[in-house]
Amino acid sequence: MFGKLTWAAIPFDQPIPLVTSAIVGLIVGAVLLWVLVKGYLPYIWREWITSVDHKRIGVMYVLLASIMLLRGFADALMMRAQQAFAFNAPGYLPPEHYDQIFTAHGTIMIFFVAMPFVTGLMNFVVPLQLGVRDVAFPTINSVGFWLTATGALLINLSLFVGEFARTGWLAYPPLSEAAYSPGVGVDYYLWALQIAGVGTLTSGINLVTTILKVRTYGMTYLRMPVFCWTALASNLLIIAAFPILTATLVMLTLDRYLGFHFFTNDGGGNAMMFINLIWAWGHPEVYILILPAFGVFSEVVSTFSGKPLFGYRSMVAATMGICILSFMVWLHHFFTMGAGPDVNAVFGIATMIIAVPTGVKIYNWLFTMYGGRIRFETPMLWSVGFIITFIVGGMTGVLMAVPPADFVLHNSLFLIAHFHNVIIGGVVFGLFAGYTYWFPKAFGFKLDEELGKKAFWCWFIGYYVAFTPLYILGFLGMTRRMQHYDVAAWQPWLIIAGIGALIILAGIGFQVAQIVVSIRNREALRDVTGDPWDGRSLEWSIASPPPVFNFAFMPDVSGEEAYWTVKQTARSQGALIPRPPYQPIEMPRNTATGFVCAIFSSIMGFALIWQIWWMLGLGAFGAFATFVVFAWRDHDEYEIPAATVEALDAENRRARGIALEDYLKTNPIEERQSA
Amino acid sequence: MTAVTFSPSSADPHRLGHAHPQGYSDSAAGPAPKRVITGFGFWIFLLTDIVMFSAFFAAYAVLVGETDGGPTGAEIFELPRIALETALLLASSFTCGMAAIAADAGNKRWFYISMAVTAVLGLGFLGLELQEFSELIEHGAGPTRSAFLSAFFTLVGCHGLHVSVGILWLLTMMAQVFAKGFRANIMRRLLCFGLFWHTLDIVWVAVFTIVYLMGTVK
Repeated sequence: MFGKLTWAAIPFDQPIPLVTSAIVGLIVGAVLLWVLVKGYLPYIWREWITSVDHKRIGVMYVLLASIMLLRGFADALMMRAQQAFAFNAPGYLPPEHYDQIFTAHGTIMIFFVAMPFVTGLMNFVVPLQLGVRDVAFPTINSVGFWLTATGALLINLSLFVGEFARTGWLAYPPLSEAAYSPGVGVDYYLWALQIAGVGTLTSGINLVTTILKVRTYGMTYLRMPVFCWTALASNLLIIAAFPILTATLVMLTLDRYLGFHFFTNDGGGNAMMFINLIWAWGHPEVYILILPAFGVFSEVVSTFSGKPLFGYRSMVAATMGICILSFMVWLHHFFTMGAGPDVNAVFGIATMIIAVPTGVKIYNWLFTMYGGRIRFETPMLWSVGFIITFIVGGMTGVLMAVPPADFVLHNSLFLIAHFHNVIIGGVVFGLFAGYTYWFPKAFGFKLDEELGKKAFWCWFIGYYVAFTPLYILGFLGMTRRMQHYDVAAWQPWLIIAGIGALIILAGIGFQVAQIVVSIRNREALRDVTGDPWDGRSLEWSIASPPPVFNFAFMPDVSGEEAYWTVKQTARSQGALIPRPPYQPIEMPRNTATGFVCAIFSSIMGFALIWQIWWMLGLGAFGAFATFVVFAWRDHDEYEIPAATVEALDAENRRARGIALEDYLKTNPIEERQSA
Repeated sequence: MTAVTFSPSSADPHRLGHAHPQGYSDSAAGPAPKRVITGFGFWIFLLTDIVMFSAFFAAYAVLVGETDGGPTGAEIFELPRIALETALLLASSFTCGMAAIAADAGNKRWFYISMAVTAVLGLGFLGLELQEFSELIEHGAGPTRSAFLSAFFTLVGCHGLHVSVGILWLLTMMAQVFAKGFRANIMRRLLCFGLFWHTLDIVWVAVFTIVYLMGTVK
């Protein structure tokens, strides 16, 4: 009746997961109760869950990523604590639990923190920067988000029902095959990733179509902000790489469920094929994450230096160059496979070549700052911290691109230090810069500057204290994923690394406090102008938060830095640009399709993991029925009357008018003309 | 510095019709029409599908020699049946094209006839494939026998699964046209369906060549 699911799946004898589950359950229950009692449910249903507005979906992606960051970071703390104590001792985590934790940490941080955060920023920002009212496929956008949330749900469920994989975050066979991992851990991994991966794929298709086919008037390719270019590159990589992940996971699933022989030791299977396939996805994946972060830095550095981005076209070329090169280097993840010196040399050189376009970007940011009037607000701090940290990470990457060096460092903590160096110092700093930068656009008030700076310094210093020892430990010969060890020289460094993790914890604490304090002081932090940073691209031309239709008029772009041009025109003629008569706007209707799909895909995922076949049939039928009901809809759009558009836009124009007057008071036109 | 204007919106609030007062070049003409957006997005989806197939092709290429003492391709492939399968699928692409023409012409009767024939041809293809699969399994050459057969069943079966989903979609589209007629959004879905069905042909040509022809020549 319930397949492999029995009471034994609930970890009654293990206090750590049990207590954690109980606390998580209590928090989720309390939040749900609060929502119900306060009567927020209709609002949340109407404005968020069923919303197909790209801004709302973007915010939900980031929220999901933030919650999962707490989960992933809790795993990190547990690992640091274990290793700090486990010298000649078992520590407090038994091996089978420790193995699940490092697997969950990697899987969650990449798939359910970095990916949704990046996707969320792109979803929120790209249509605004392109000057359009929504993405190409709003409903599919919602489906994609809810599928990602389904994956996150399944992975969290594994904490309480059953177990998670003990294989490491890429589930290498033959360890991940049924013969060596007979439990449901790997199945949780497979189905959570498969479902979330489909979500990512749909969002990739959506954003590529949006960028290539849905831009406002005059927004030619070479007038797009660099963030749109990096989003394009990132999503092109998603559509080229994620299908490989899908296929690879299917093959492993078939091996495990139906006794196929893709990667098994017997029957002619080839485990190295899995390693090749997974990295053919996995290497582009790291560029899927870092390229949008590069885009954020380009926006932030230019805005806070008060200058146009230096070398815009070289930035575009570098972005697309990285996009292509990223597909040609996957083998450097396993130089030790034994492909031979010629193959290793080719991939080693290809890897080093990626440093060239990346170097171009670094210099462009530096030259943008050079001679600028730099404002060191929080987003800029993250950007400068990134430039310094990422250069170190890039250098250690080039070092490991030398195959003989890699043979020494492979699977050591040096590698762990390297990729945390580029992912924290690159991706995470970029995401936090973008989060601080666009937060006022999304919610209408700025984040508290003081706490933001404290969070930055804790993350920045914490990163160095936590991961520099790992570089050293790598040279001392410590390999990754060790539950205990017997080398006395390692322990001091591991204790320092643990302290570093605690400093980062303080940073996260400041970020949580920042949200709370900022919401409480939102009236004082209110962004009345819609342009809090003196921005240069179109998202700053509209109110904060933007109306549902974004633009009362689709802007007509005549050069790079679309909004900067508009702003300067208004400043030089001393008046806002007049508006033609308002027109009604058609917008897509809300739909519960995405949410309902997520419910059925959760049921299907759970049924597949525990092999409850009737439940699978139920879920599949429900999902199909949902699609048919959706396809049968007759009215998928509604109209916003011209009067409403005018009323909403009048508010925005009033604020702009005041801002312009203030500017003219301090910088009168006559003076500027004589100067 | 060029002045930036905000041009008035016309009766076409999404500016789907490319209409632009100043007449910009194509790349500057604003959002593409909905039909183009849908078709383009679906094409990208199909490309992702092709990438997925390419991963299965790659796995097949790696494992084609790993028969583990079991049968090789040359021993189990029956080309006459494959030829018939190919003929059915290619013919179904033709009738699918006929259905698209009928839909463009607004001719319901020919649309139903062409779609029905497409479905029958697709079912015939699937029947033959299932027959092949069941015979192989019966003779101990199922997917668990060797890595080669695992890769074979997955690649060909994945294509068969796509054809099955395609037939389900085909029937849904017939019902939609029956219930709603050739509305703009139905026409967009028919465009996507046509692209999907023809893509299955493209993939099959690769399957036919790489799996069956190259497999028997050896």
